[in-house]
Amino acid sequence: MTYLYAAYIATWVIHIAYLGSLLRRYTRLRNEIAEFKTRIDEKN
Amino acid sequence: MSTVASLTRATLAKDLRLEWRSKDAINSMLFFSLLVVVIFSFSFDPTAEESRQIAGGLVWVAFLFAAVVALNQTWAREMRNQVLDAYRVSPAPPNALFLAKCIGNFIFVTVLQALMTPLFIVFYNLRALGPAYQLPIVAVLGTWALVVNGTFFAAMSLRTRSREIMLPLLLFPISIPALLAMVEATGAILTGEFSAKFWIVLLAAYDLVFTIASLFLFGFVLQAE
Amino acid sequence: MKRVFPILAVLTGVLLSYALYEALIAAPTEQTMGDVQRIFYYHVPSAWTAFILFFINFFASIVYLIWRNNKADIVALVTAEVGVVFCTVVLVTGPIWARPVWGIWWTWDLRLTLTLVLWLIYVSYLVLRRFSSSGQTPLLAAVLAVFGALDVPLVYFSIWFFRTQHPQPVIGGGGSIDPRMLHVLLINWLAFSCFAALVCWSRYRLEVLRREVDETLALEALLEPRSPQTRTSPTGSAG
Repeated sequence: MTYLYAAYIATWVIHIAYLGSLLRRYTRLRNEIAEFKTRIDEKN
Repeated sequence: MSTVASLTRATLAKDLRLEWRSKDAINSMLFFSLLVVVIFSFSFDPTAEESRQIAGGLVWVAFLFAAVVALNQTWAREMRNQVLDAYRVSPAPPNALFLAKCIGNFIFVTVLQALMTPLFIVFYNLRALGPAYQLPIVAVLGTWALVVNGTFFAAMSLRTRSREIMLPLLLFPISIPALLAMVEATGAILTGEFSAKFWIVLLAAYDLVFTIASLFLFGFVLQAE
Repeated sequence: MKRVFPILAVLTGVLLSYALYEALIAAPTEQTMGDVQRIFYYHVPSAWTAFILFFINFFASIVYLIWRNNKADIVALVTAEVGVVFCTVVLVTGPIWARPVWGIWWTWDLRLTLTLVLWLIYVSYLVLRRFSSSGQTPLLAAVLAVFGALDVPLVYFSIWFFRTQHPQPVIGGGGSIDPRMLHVLLINWLAFSCFAALVCWSRYRLEVLRREVDETLALEALLEPRSPQTRTSPTGSAG
């Protein structure tokens, strides 16, 4: 039944979308930290 | 206890006097409600039977929107004049301020309801088939439910971006049981098909729970600004 | 601590795959609804997980209100977010299930409506956290969470009575459940609970890191010796 598969796929799409947003936030954070480190290194 | 009462009365009197002189809130609420009634009248042209069934929803949606207009400006004056800072520093109990604001808003919305109800009756040819004496009870309990949470969330929204959007965003989901009760009770009384008793009891319970919660937690919100 | 995570992730992956197999293939087919009923094995565990997460949010919020424990605040934020995700799954799978069975997308079914209201309340909670520029956002959020929790029994009773006055179709089938189906249901619930725990843990670590970075950057800005205007600018314009 297509409805059955739609439901299961929709579930995982939602979960993967959220995990994706977490990953994106994490990489952005890592970039901020790297930037910060270079700024500090420049000063010293 | 007497400090709370006298402080509440003083703040309330001040607010009412200021409002009476400027009529800011009441005018904008009135105009807005009128607009809503007219637009609804164009959109829905029900028979007498149908109108009794849907009037509950229409009326309370109109009052809800009008209440939001009033609630949004609840704390505006206080914000402009740094009154909240003064209150935070003073030994005055925060509950008194909150209670005064609630009662003030309650009076504004009730006045609005008194003015709008005849219009609704006219536009929709309303006539209560059930016990009409229950309608004021529903009105009082329902309005208090909206006003007590609305005043509280208005205070919580003070330091947020898009303050005017924040208030309805917070208020509507939490108010769903109360809104459902108001609409269903009004519909039940108008159509006479069901008893509104359960809904009235639910509204009373809702009012009790959230009045106590608001009084209890308002201190935190005041400190948070 | 770092080593544990990948192992748990793999275990959870295995558990989820096994649960999927059970749900799609091993579980017996339902009499009246047929294969569509298998949505049940994803719909119900998601609902239970969401409710548990919101429950944890309530307790974390109370802990924060009383003791101002920052860890409790982060737990509250994390469980609210992940709870909303699972709630969304319930609200999407519900109508997909309702459509072939009842021919309608939505019904004011008790569980579904309660889930919708919870979703609305917690989305407003998350919006408050995002948009509030008060230094005391965690406090306001905790207060809102308490209000939300107080609301839940009232929501439940109002919808319950509404349904007795206006009868609605029931999604998710009431009544007793075949023990084999119960078994599959519980396996899926266990798998999703582990998954939720892992996601919460990841989000928690992310938030801790985020706050550390914010604090460090704020400190840097504080300690910064006056503005870059002291450096020579290309145009040589006066500061």
